[in-house]
Amino acid sequence: MCVSMLSVVFAITQGSVNLSPYAVWQALLGQGSGLNQTLVLELRLPRVMAAFATGGLLAVAGALMQILLRNPLADPYVLGISGGASVAALAAILLGISGFLMSGMAFLGAVLSTLLVFGLSARLGNTATMRLLLTGVVIAAGWGALITLMLALAPPHKIPGMLYWLMGDLSYASTPWLAWLVLVPTCLILMPLGRSLNVLARGPLQAAALGVNVKSLERFVFLLASLLTAIAVTTAGSVGFVGLVIPHMLRMVLGNDQRLILPASALAGGCLVTLADTLARTVIAPEQLPVGVITALLGVPTFLYLLQRGRL
Amino acid sequence: MTKLKLTQLLAAIPNKSPQPTHALSLTFQAGQMWGILGPNGVGKTTLLHTLAALKAPALGTIELNDQPITELHRLRLAQQIGIMFQEHQDGFPASVLETVLLGRFPHLSPWEMESEQDLALAHAALERLDLAEFAQRALNSLSGGERQRAALAALTAQAPDVWLVDEPTNHLDLHYQVAVMGLLAEQASMEKVVVMSLHDVNVAAQWCSHVLLLYPDRPPIWGKAASLLTQQNLEPLYRQKLAMTELNGKPLFVPIA
Repeated sequence: MCVSMLSVVFAITQGSVNLSPYAVWQALLGQGSGLNQTLVLELRLPRVMAAFATGGLLAVAGALMQILLRNPLADPYVLGISGGASVAALAAILLGISGFLMSGMAFLGAVLSTLLVFGLSARLGNTATMRLLLTGVVIAAGWGALITLMLALAPPHKIPGMLYWLMGDLSYASTPWLAWLVLVPTCLILMPLGRSLNVLARGPLQAAALGVNVKSLERFVFLLASLLTAIAVTTAGSVGFVGLVIPHMLRMVLGNDQRLILPASALAGGCLVTLADTLARTVIAPEQLPVGVITALLGVPTFLYLLQRGRL
Repeated sequence: MTKLKLTQLLAAIPNKSPQPTHALSLTFQAGQMWGILGPNGVGKTTLLHTLAALKAPALGTIELNDQPITELHRLRLAQQIGIMFQEHQDGFPASVLETVLLGRFPHLSPWEMESEQDLALAHAALERLDLAEFAQRALNSLSGGERQRAALAALTAQAPDVWLVDEPTNHLDLHYQVAVMGLLAEQASMEKVVVMSLHDVNVAAQWCSHVLLLYPDRPPIWGKAASLLTQQNLEPLYRQKLAMTELNGKPLFVPIA
């Protein structure tokens, strides 16, 4: 909790123009110079809030997917959700649509992909988890091919924008409120479900024997994780590795109780993306890097380290 | 007094058409210790899963204390009927204590954390199966027999009225075979219903008060173990010639090559 507060404050103070925490505080209270106020309230605060919410959504979605598929390598993107969003967003860029409408299209793409995977593997149950995983992976591969095709055919001046979107980029993220509107209730809903999810993580048959309604819980978890991912992708493009690494790191530290892991994922994921985004816009300021590059650069070595230690 | 009543019950065995003449109509009573015997693939595990309401039967009904189990809420059912599986699923890594604590799941409401009492029950169950020193060990670092005991400890912590146990002696050395059967016999003596599938007919002869013999090609028979465990009944069951002797007044069967 404290660390996440600090990371938010740190993120707001850093930037092309450095501000002291005191100046930020004044700006938040509506005092201080006009320039500082604009900078903090209209530029940095929304962006930092968007970064935090995106990270939280992705980490929670990743933790949920790993339980649902009982596969530690699952992440929010494994079932092709971000692929659908990416194809729709790239199509929007190609058609010259931008801003709010583009976000809307990305969201629709994610929803479409979710429904497609869900519809094709509707019989969730004992063996069907594998079916769900395979359907998702194949559909993700299909989206990947479409993305490559679009990049190959796109006019050169549109390619940088498309690549930035694919690597995850928060510079268009002007509306963090939707993400927060989903993240906070989700954390509240998941609290009483934590123990059921603990049981589900031990296998569907065992969960059913202990009184869990496995089918409806699996459906709910799948649709919820998809929604979280769709919102996150819509806000910031596909930011990789947050959903994979954060739940694992927390499991190493906190054990495998979902009642702790899920809310902790929201906070830790939020911190990671906030800090990564701060790095992304300060390392070569005033130029900006895609935040997805930073999370991947942090995520890959961390994940390999975890694998080497044999904790997965 | 707990009782589990089967009426014209036929379990749904994959790739087999149900034969109405093989239906089961019997009652498992509190205090009885039932062994289900039969050759491989005859449907012992499927029957146990059906009794635990994890699988719909092909025909017939199951009533727990005169209430059809299909009408009971899953969670209420799990408070009263517990099952130990033969195959231990590999879920996410967890410690032995966490695994045993899951047995308390049906007894807690969603907002409740495990209480001191639940923790005490879990520790007592671990103690009972000689697993106290394994409490913090990762489940997947245990041997087959230790995992089997951990699964029984979880069932002990669940403390159901009806114990459905699939092959309790699997993976266990001789000492723990006796210890585990002793635990089940103790539960039966505490007015619980104990129903287990067994591949070892001599374990059934030693411990079970009642047996249910599932034949692949003729109707099943059930009743007191002492009267049903005979060469005439068992040789066609396993399609195997047997020799019989006696030990401490209990029959002992040996296959003849």
